[in-house]
Amino acid sequence: MIPKSGNRLSDKIMRPQDAMSLAGAPSQPQEYLRSLSRWHPLEIAFWLATLLPFFLFPTYLSLASQIAVAALFALSLDIILGYAGIVSLGHAAFFGIGAYAAGLFSKFVWGEPFSGLLIAAAMAALIGYLTSFIIARFRHLTLIMITLGLGLLLAEAANSAGWLTGGSDGLQGVKIWPVFGYFKFDLYGTTAYGYSLAVLFLVFLAVRRLIHSPFGLSLRGIRENWTRMPAVGADSRAHIRKAYTIAAAIAGIAGAVIAQTTQTVSLEALSFERSADVLVMLVLGGAGRLYGGLVGAIIFMVARDQFSGIAPQYWYFGIGILLILVVMLLPNGILGGLAKLTARWSRK
Amino acid sequence: MKIMRIAAAGLLASAVGITAANAQKTIKIGVVLPYSGQFADGAKQVDEGIKLYMKQHGDTVAGKKIEIIRKDTGGIAPPVAKRLAEELVVRDNVDILAGWLLTPNAIAGCGVSAEAKKVSVIMNAATSIIVDKSPYCTRTSFTLPMVTTTLGTWAAKNGVKKAYTMVSDFAPGHDAEQGFINGFKAAGGEIVGSVRMAVANPDFSAYVQRAKDLNPEAIFVFIPGGAQPAAIGKAFAERGIDTKKTKVFGTGELTDDSALKNMGDTALNIITAWAYDHNLKNKLNLDFVAAYKKEFGGDNPNFFSAGGYDGMALIYEALKKTKGDADADKLIGAMKGTKWVSPRGPMMIDPETRDVVETIYIRRVEKVGGKLVNVDFSKVENVKDPVHEAMKKK
Amino acid sequence: MLPPVLGVLFDGIAYGMLLFLLSVGLSVTLGLMNFVNLAHCAFAMLGGYVTVSLMNELHWPFFASLPVAFLAAAAASVVFERTLYRRLYRASDLDQVLLTIGIAFVSVAVAAYFFGTTQQPVDMPSYMRGSFDVLGLNIAAYRLFLVGVGVVVTIVLIGTLEYTRFGAQVRAAVDNQRMASGLGINVEHTFAIAFALGSGLAGLGGALAIEIVGLDPNFAFTYLVYVLIIVSVGGLGSIGGSFAAACLIGISDIAGKYYVPELGAFLIYLVMVAVLMWRPAGLFGRR
Repeated sequence: MIPKSGNRLSDKIMRPQDAMSLAGAPSQPQEYLRSLSRWHPLEIAFWLATLLPFFLFPTYLSLASQIAVAALFALSLDIILGYAGIVSLGHAAFFGIGAYAAGLFSKFVWGEPFSGLLIAAAMAALIGYLTSFIIARFRHLTLIMITLGLGLLLAEAANSAGWLTGGSDGLQGVKIWPVFGYFKFDLYGTTAYGYSLAVLFLVFLAVRRLIHSPFGLSLRGIRENWTRMPAVGADSRAHIRKAYTIAAAIAGIAGAVIAQTTQTVSLEALSFERSADVLVMLVLGGAGRLYGGLVGAIIFMVARDQFSGIAPQYWYFGIGILLILVVMLLPNGILGGLAKLTARWSRK
Repeated sequence: MKIMRIAAAGLLASAVGITAANAQKTIKIGVVLPYSGQFADGAKQVDEGIKLYMKQHGDTVAGKKIEIIRKDTGGIAPPVAKRLAEELVVRDNVDILAGWLLTPNAIAGCGVSAEAKKVSVIMNAATSIIVDKSPYCTRTSFTLPMVTTTLGTWAAKNGVKKAYTMVSDFAPGHDAEQGFINGFKAAGGEIVGSVRMAVANPDFSAYVQRAKDLNPEAIFVFIPGGAQPAAIGKAFAERGIDTKKTKVFGTGELTDDSALKNMGDTALNIITAWAYDHNLKNKLNLDFVAAYKKEFGGDNPNFFSAGGYDGMALIYEALKKTKGDADADKLIGAMKGTKWVSPRGPMMIDPETRDVVETIYIRRVEKVGGKLVNVDFSKVENVKDPVHEAMKKK
Repeated sequence: MLPPVLGVLFDGIAYGMLLFLLSVGLSVTLGLMNFVNLAHCAFAMLGGYVTVSLMNELHWPFFASLPVAFLAAAAASVVFERTLYRRLYRASDLDQVLLTIGIAFVSVAVAAYFFGTTQQPVDMPSYMRGSFDVLGLNIAAYRLFLVGVGVVVTIVLIGTLEYTRFGAQVRAAVDNQRMASGLGINVEHTFAIAFALGSGLAGLGGALAIEIVGLDPNFAFTYLVYVLIIVSVGGLGSIGGSFAAACLIGISDIAGKYYVPELGAFLIYLVMVAVLMWRPAGLFGRR
């Protein structure tokens, strides 16, 4: 049976509004890229707003810190899913590698956090690069299942290697020094949030630059038409390998930040649930948009915290209804749906 | 950054002020449990134990009103557990942390207990090292080695010479395996083989077949509670392992009420060691079970409920001693050496290790009045955690 | 006396049939209709709870409860199909993921609310619990029953989808909706029935599985990975493929646990990754 082409994953992920903006682009590609990379006032407002928890919600900073980590993780998934069209259900593998790398580094070498971050990023990037040779060969459901399988294999391996990872009790002996030797990770999460937010912002700047570069443009080309890109001189597989490695490094950084700010590492960092949660957050916010993962992480985590505060046993109900409502009212995620609404509104 | 730090210091100071003010009227207990997800059932039962104790003994002790604040971890999630504990301390100003069904979460919570100087009462998690993670941490459940070493020793002393072990391949399984083997060998038994079984495993037929091929005199089993005990029980029956000829030993999860209902008569004659069962015949327990069933719609309490119930008993007893002062140093000081009588028998907190000291019962599944129950026929009193005992000797 | 390897083979096929019955409905909804239905196991869970309730509350025999489990899940799915799923047939896979995960989340909370978080007791008739010897091989009654049901379901389903008018309509409607409706096929109607069939099979699979895997509110997620593995290894759109994949996965999993228990937890994923790398479209996939 030959399916109608509209059912292929790659075709489905295509967003009409992106095609429109490409069609309306200035004739000079450099000009187009530059126009994209200009900072919108809303973006500046968004980042200023991330400082508000310090003043408005000082007892919610631990949560804010973990939201920042989730946002960073979702941003990393966005690079491969939203921009290169690789749906992964095993992205927690890199999150976990980063978490364990940072934890083990603090246990056996030293507890200075920034060097831990670098080691974690390098480890995750290395494994990401090695697996990218497999990833770049597959598409669609096969790819989803291979990422899922590799992720679960790694989780089982970490459970088996109890001598190194501490197995299901978690890694013991993680000790992180104060940031810059001065800011201790405290009970309020003040340092944790400051640290997570700073890392998120720096990585975001880098990703933003990357997406608005010719490389980012070719990634989107691959997402739209995998087979045609080589014809215009962009080697799809090489680009996918590069994107996958970068995304792995960022996921590793996210894992390292959670390990350092909570000083705990456990198998949960590698779990299928974590892979699934980050996918849900990204799709909820809107894949293929720089702020999609960030918005998704904020909405998902805050909603979960609130619902769980009301009914610890039944918060699934609230989250489920939220997801269903978003799909029905705002297709293509919250940002995708809003963009469509504003476009319709401004045309009137 | 410096301004931030000063602001934080100010907040901390004001929060401490609030705590001190509150401490005069109420004592808040933050309970962290996996109320949702895979382990929700255990959390529910710990919680019911807490509720029943407070209903029976009132919500006021030593002139202080006790208030419970519940937080859900959603499963094994140490970062979430740690965050919830932090929030309980800084936002809700709790005086005591409690709950803790799962070891990784409990260890994360102990980090907060140590840093914030709050007593943390472990009501279920059963890995020995947890209580070492904070000087304010104590436990009212049991440790796995307490149960399995006792069982191993008992088995070898009662004529079992050779045993085969089957455990889930994760840290608690390894603890249980080690505990059983230590006890069994020390008392003169011999281990003829061991297998570690995949944790996520809906079908035990292959593992049970392996055991059957060896035809051992006895089999020791440890698997987590939930769907698996029934599955392995059925696998034993399917393979035709006769529990009269081949002795099957296990921990209490294996023959928990819900597991027994699913296994049916195939569970008969399984011998388990455990710290509590609703079938214990002391007066206190009969009242406890009756009250529990009346309060929560007919189900029997199990070891989760007992952990929650006794956790509250310990907190109440210690608060009586400190006259309502929940200061961590005073409270943990009062808890050390505390003795009380629980539905499961006499209890004590070891003053040295802050771990629980209690009776371990040896039980056999029998049919009583048409129902399958764990009938206790032997017991070992004043059992201490063997891991900590071994550490002391070193 | 037969060699023990045959016993391992039988256990493997029986375990495979368990996985097959749990996932065959997804072969219809995801495989044939291309709808990423991650709420599949929620429908299976519904079937399980229907069976358990009928058996424990109304004391129905196990076998009588099976058709009801099928019908209940099918009926429930029609409601969801008409109100929610229908709108997303042409939406992106990711929106389908979000919707169906949402439904699965809700189902977990609803099950916990109505049935509690405890494992539900399943009281099988005793002749289903035992086993008998065939030339020294130990054959468990319930496993033999599962194998029988698995084979029957496969034959009926392949027959229905390949050789009946309805099957042709479903395939036509999935391949090209506009063309199909141009030919006078009521596409909406056809989709609703196919979806009900898939979910009904999920309900039946859930009812059959609980004797072995147990039932609690988390069922909607616990076995999701397994059913995805079976469908993808079998190949989208192929019932026979799912059947073959289930046998392969079941046998390799059981054989692995029996002969090399150290690899017990890894094998199912290793086999999946290996098969998909060898045949990216799955064993019998046509795309």
